[in-house]
Amino acid sequence: MSNPRYWRENPSRYNLIGRRCENCKGVFFPPREICPKCRRKSLGKMKAYKLTGKGKVYSFTIVHDPMPDFTLMKPYIMAMIEMEEGVRLTGQIVDCEPEKISIGMHVEATLRKLGQEGGSGIIRYGYKFRPV
Amino acid sequence: MRDVAIIGVGDTKFGELWEHSIRDIGMQAGLSAVIDANIAGEQIEALYIGNMAAGSLIDQEHLGALVSDYSGLSALHIPAVRIEAAGASGGMALREGYIAVASGMHDIVMVAGAEKMTDVTDEEIPTVQMAGGDQQWEGISGATMASLFAMMARRHMHEYGTTREHIASVPVKNHKNGAMNPNAQYQKGITMDTVLKSPMVADPLGVFDCAPISDGAAAVILAPLDIAKKYSEQPIKIVASAAATDTLALQHRESLTRIDSIKVASRKAFKTAGITPKEIDVAEVHDSYSIAEIISIEDLGFFEKGKGGPATLEGMTEINGVVSVNTSGGLKARGDPMGATGVAQAVEIARQLRGKGEKRQVDNAEYGLSLNMGGTGGTSVVHIYRRL
Amino acid sequence: MMFGHNGKDVGIVTYGAYIPRFRILPEEIARVWGEDGQAMKSGLMIFSKSVPYPDEDVITISVEASRNALARSKIDPEDIGAVYVGSESHPYAVKPSGTIVAEAIGTSHFITVADYEFACKAGTAAVQTSMGLVSSGMVKYALAVGADTSQGAPGDALEYSASAGGAAFIIGREKVIVTINRTLSFTSDTPDFWRREGQPYPSHGGRFTGEPAYFRHVATCAKELMKVQDAKPSDYDFAVFHQPNGKFPTRVAQQLGFEKKQYETGLTTPYIGNTYSASMMIGLSAILDVAKPGQRILGVAFGSGAGSDGFDMTVTDEMASYNRAAAPTVKWFVERSELLDYGRYAKFKGKIVMKE
Ligand SMILES: [Zn+2]
Repeated sequence: MSNPRYWRENPSRYNLIGRRCENCKGVFFPPREICPKCRRKSLGKMKAYKLTGKGKVYSFTIVHDPMPDFTLMKPYIMAMIEMEEGVRLTGQIVDCEPEKISIGMHVEATLRKLGQEGGSGIIRYGYKFRPV
Repeated sequence: MRDVAIIGVGDTKFGELWEHSIRDIGMQAGLSAVIDANIAGEQIEALYIGNMAAGSLIDQEHLGALVSDYSGLSALHIPAVRIEAAGASGGMALREGYIAVASGMHDIVMVAGAEKMTDVTDEEIPTVQMAGGDQQWEGISGATMASLFAMMARRHMHEYGTTREHIASVPVKNHKNGAMNPNAQYQKGITMDTVLKSPMVADPLGVFDCAPISDGAAAVILAPLDIAKKYSEQPIKIVASAAATDTLALQHRESLTRIDSIKVASRKAFKTAGITPKEIDVAEVHDSYSIAEIISIEDLGFFEKGKGGPATLEGMTEINGVVSVNTSGGLKARGDPMGATGVAQAVEIARQLRGKGEKRQVDNAEYGLSLNMGGTGGTSVVHIYRRL
Repeated sequence: MMFGHNGKDVGIVTYGAYIPRFRILPEEIARVWGEDGQAMKSGLMIFSKSVPYPDEDVITISVEASRNALARSKIDPEDIGAVYVGSESHPYAVKPSGTIVAEAIGTSHFITVADYEFACKAGTAAVQTSMGLVSSGMVKYALAVGADTSQGAPGDALEYSASAGGAAFIIGREKVIVTINRTLSFTSDTPDFWRREGQPYPSHGGRFTGEPAYFRHVATCAKELMKVQDAKPSDYDFAVFHQPNGKFPTRVAQQLGFEKKQYETGLTTPYIGNTYSASMMIGLSAILDVAKPGQRILGVAFGSGAGSDGFDMTVTDEMASYNRAAAPTVKWFVERSELLDYGRYAKFKGKIVMKE
């Protein structure tokens, strides 16, 4: 796979840059250029918005049959995180034993390796979460 | 708009069809539907083929021309197109065929669904399945399709007290049904204990909560209702076709225990058909993961929200229960060749409404419903059928 | 002319550390290779070493340490004009770690960035470069990171010590919590430890890494620095040295005339192993976690090949109002630990040949 596909998303993957609709104040992640609530009224009003990285576990699972880049970490925790801003993100939870995870647990974003394009390709970095 | 009927159905056995390519199975299913419909190949005016992932599974796009060609139709130069909506590709193909006939554009069309999944290794499958969700913001983050349904299951348990046994009762029932379907991938009953003790895939879902990797194809022939009797003694009327979409990624949904595309599509379908969920005798729903069947039978309106688990455990969705769900064995036991699944659902409903369900026949089935879903519900397609 | 710097008011504005949470014990490594774990433990004075998770590398560790540094201060990342990441285990042979670190902490794009390598002292070389840029007025702030996920060949003595961790210092002139009174380096061509391009594991000269390499460079650098500064060991509240194991820094400290109470605070290797480019910097971070205004610190790093960077530092009054609690202490990182057996350790470190 080619690098630009990942490269163009670095601001969001490294720093949780999403969008905020200036019309309804709704926050979105990943970035989108049309607000699903305001639609046309939101054109040109979707501004870059950085999430704090803090949130709570909304739901979770322990993955035993992983995506290829996650093989060395299985079983690993995948979770849906409800961020302070109300928007939800999907991410791995690290630095936490599978038996300690629960709905409502406070977590924060961290930067980790998400995968790589084989041994000679680029390495992808992005957000994961860990208990606070 | 004209009324549309199914005048012929056909399918292959679902499973690990090592000897057969996608060309073979596409042709086999189509041929058996043509024979069943009692038509000649020259009468087919257009071909719609549901296929999710031939491009990534076998590096083959352009399935329309391929299936048409290997079905012996190349000299007829008919229009043929592949329809893709992840796991809902087959249902969407059926809907496109339905629209073509209903609109008067074509009279007789073939709708086929085909997928060849065993030409890649098992390790490659999670990535292919995840392409039905948001690969860029769910898959790259480590989410598998199973993990997304597992998070839905966890919320369902959290919000409604649904238990592991409730969820496990789905594959137990579907295997029981599949054991009576000669074309099913698994024709063997399983116990609750087998499901509960199966190796974990994505906690709380185990191997027996997940539909298998399958090869297979299915096909139906559609015709305007007014000429359907010319070909078939038992044409099955499609009384409603509805589809709806939702956010691609699960993370953007307001609730994880509800699938709005199912609610919207089924509401429209029931309205068009002029009936209520109570009148459905037999339904094929999208149990790609066991929890999906529970959420589906709730959102289709068969059971109250939160009651899908207990209803299943109590046998209300068994054959001749309150509503007979997944008499074919569902995706779990019949198999889930992704693009073929939606068409296979229509084949099973047609058989049930014709009274050809053999050992798994639902008594006096008049109305049938199929729900075919893509990804975590980014697309849902609902069809309602009626025996004439 | 001797390399040195009269720091004037240049110093550390903020600092942050990061150590992965996994550990392996020397007894466990020795069990696999048929060696005497107790002897290794007491010989090296290493009781456990840190191990990175499979998704951690020098870049993620550098980002963590740098974010911890920023959390403790009010510095606007856009005011950082230079980013230097020192490591001997950069994930890429070609492509800088520093660009990813800079983006991840939100610097502007008008910055200068480079990766450094000088075995275990690449991080302090980055600190010295940063001092020069700051005191010359070329940049307002410079970020200097030392981080490693070092490799020891399976079964080699290095496997008992090579660990993972990082520390980040932002160098500036305003509101410094630590003034760097002077820095001084001592360097020679001494092949005590090396890794050739394309080789997965480093090689070393065994006992040659001791006297002619570590002890000669560290001691000479420390003595010369104290001489130039007209200082003696008793003038310092803390002393911290590069820590390839627990033994070497203890012995060199004693040889130089320092007492246990001066060097024990910064001695972290016995619990986390040798974090290479981060070793002295993590030790210094542990000291900064507890240091009070007015206290004086001597820090000497060592990098094989070989050279030592010495720093004479004084904690300023700014420390009293500095928000140390905004990021975890080194002690916190040292104490959170999850033990691995050799199998999981080998898997995490990529020592098991996997199918492509
Ligand atoms: Zn809006």
